Amino acid sequence: MIRFDAVNKRFPNGTTAVHDLTLEMPEGGVTVLVGSSGCGKTTTLRMINRMVEPTSGTIRLGGKDVLTQDAADLRRGIGYVIQQSGLFPHRTVLDNIATVPLLLGWGRRKARTRAAELLETVGLTAEAGRRYPHQLSGGQQQRVGVARALAADPPVLLMDEPFGAVDPVVRTQLQDELLRLQKDLNKTIVFVTHDIDEAVRLGDRIAVFRTGGHLVQCAAPAELLARPADGFVAGFLGAERELKLLSLTTLAEVPVERARVVREGEAPPRAGDGGPCLVVSARNEPLGWLDPEPGAPEVPSPVRPLRDTDSLLAALNESIASPTGLIVRVDAEGALTGVTARETIHEHAGRRHQEAARAARKAQEAREGNGRQDQGEETREGGEGPEAREHREAGSRKSADAVPPSPAAPAASAPGTSTPKTPGGAG
Amino acid sequence: MTVEWAWISDHAGDLTTLTLSHLQAALTAVLLGLLISLPLAVLAHRVRPLRGFLLGLSNVLFTIPSIAVFVLLLPVSGLTRTTTVIGLTVYTLVVLLRNTVEGLDSVPAKAREAAVAMGTRPLRTLLTVELPLALPVIMAGVRIATVMSISLVSVATYIGDGGLGQLFTDGFQRDFPTPVAAGIVLTLLLALVADALLVAVQYVLTPWTRDRHRRPGQQRRTRGRA
Repeated sequence: MIRFDAVNKRFPNGTTAVHDLTLEMPEGGVTVLVGSSGCGKTTTLRMINRMVEPTSGTIRLGGKDVLTQDAADLRRGIGYVIQQSGLFPHRTVLDNIATVPLLLGWGRRKARTRAAELLETVGLTAEAGRRYPHQLSGGQQQRVGVARALAADPPVLLMDEPFGAVDPVVRTQLQDELLRLQKDLNKTIVFVTHDIDEAVRLGDRIAVFRTGGHLVQCAAPAELLARPADGFVAGFLGAERELKLLSLTTLAEVPVERARVVREGEAPPRAGDGGPCLVVSARNEPLGWLDPEPGAPEVPSPVRPLRDTDSLLAALNESIASPTGLIVRVDAEGALTGVTARETIHEHAGRRHQEAARAARKAQEAREGNGRQDQGEETREGGEGPEAREHREAGSRKSADAVPPSPAAPAASAPGTSTPKTPGGAG
Repeated sequence: MTVEWAWISDHAGDLTTLTLSHLQAALTAVLLGLLISLPLAVLAHRVRPLRGFLLGLSNVLFTIPSIAVFVLLLPVSGLTRTTTVIGLTVYTLVVLLRNTVEGLDSVPAKAREAAVAMGTRPLRTLLTVELPLALPVIMAGVRIATVMSISLVSVATYIGDGGLGQLFTDGFQRDFPTPVAAGIVLTLLLALVADALLVAVQYVLTPWTRDRHRRPGQQRRTRGRA
């Protein structure tokens, strides 16, 4: 676990990068630091491995003050991934990955064997290991960056906008890959990004920073989305905040209804007999909607079937595109289980949102004590009078205290998996 | 002007000795120059205020006429090979120092940061990351310094050394152009061969700089064919 205690960082030119930061980053979880540029998130990250030294306060890693340890030794025990990968242009991919094992004195052969193993882990071929970084695509380079950070199997990974320089498609792939790896490896990951969608996707906890190095709110994604602490956080989360919340819930609890089905090759339904039918293959796989009405296209319009592990957001999205307003649902093997109506999804989404808000309120109340007012109101007043500032700082500190989610607050518990994180208690 | 080929074949042994002596003076100067400028360049690169001073100093040394340098050195080291080598070394510094500093500047900040962040100590970072990445720019300096030294050795004829330069004084004094022509051709050849060898050395030492021009798209196609 990483623990910041009243940490300040002022640079010699007078700018405050981090202001009175108290924050816990739980072991085996992904803590995402978000905020616009210049908000101190990268400085916060770099203080963990002493690339930046705090002006005051303590940072503990696994209970030990990082400042009492030899910087180089400390860094060898912490994986580090940066934007545009920061690979060594003069070393082959394999030797890049072997960097830390070699520093730790594993010997060339053992280090190379380990590096070759990791190439496979991050989805690269052995042939790529003999290349130089500039001969790889941006996405491949980023994979090498991750492999290099994992080489000595450090318990902690620091990732500074690692996927910032690749295109959106590759970025999604890399995010999926990271979540897949994290499921097996259970590293304590600190991840810096300015992309809130990335934060929601990857984070078990999200810490939102504001310019001047203030931590505004630190909470599980569902809690953050359901109850942003103030206008700044709400603004940062964006207008599609509620939809993002839906991306955290799976379709599993939404009821399935029977579908009107016609088998491929069988006689199509007659006109005027109750609207479009779902065409399925011999193995019960949905192929498309067929409208028997005259004038409708004679080939089935395509469907994108959804599994129970898909998110409510995906379901909402599909229901908009579907000609019937019905989404098609399949089991893990791709066989049809039934359909769900647009209305049902919409109703479920609304209910889900209210539950998340309720759970978030409970979680916040549990942390702050019942006497406390909604701190969002206080923080919104951005007056720079000393009193207002003091107030706000008190608020930030409070919300920064990362209390483990209580069982009474299901929305605050989010397992870090590649599927949307399902808070329990939805019905 | 006619070249008497007979003279050349008669003096083949002398020409070889002079060529080797010429080369030895130039190479020693470049090696010494490297030994001096590497630590100074690292210092200039790390300590900002020293940078201007050291680079300025090397410039000033460069502006001193070469004959003056040899004359100034006479009381110290006399009419010896040492004087020649010291004089030449002074001139290599301006190129080697500047190029080494610029080479270190050219190391990608991200690579240096990654090395430090992964727990590489400063000396190891310098030797295994910074200097290798600075090598192309340093080697460009070495090539210039080498060619420059090879052409400058002749000036040391005034203090009784000067390798192939002795052929020029010999030719002028006797109004006999053949040794002059031979000296010019041999100096040129020496410079060309030395430069070609340095290019080869750099090619071997910097495998990552080959096929820089290839774009990722082109590679993918190549890989597909392979």
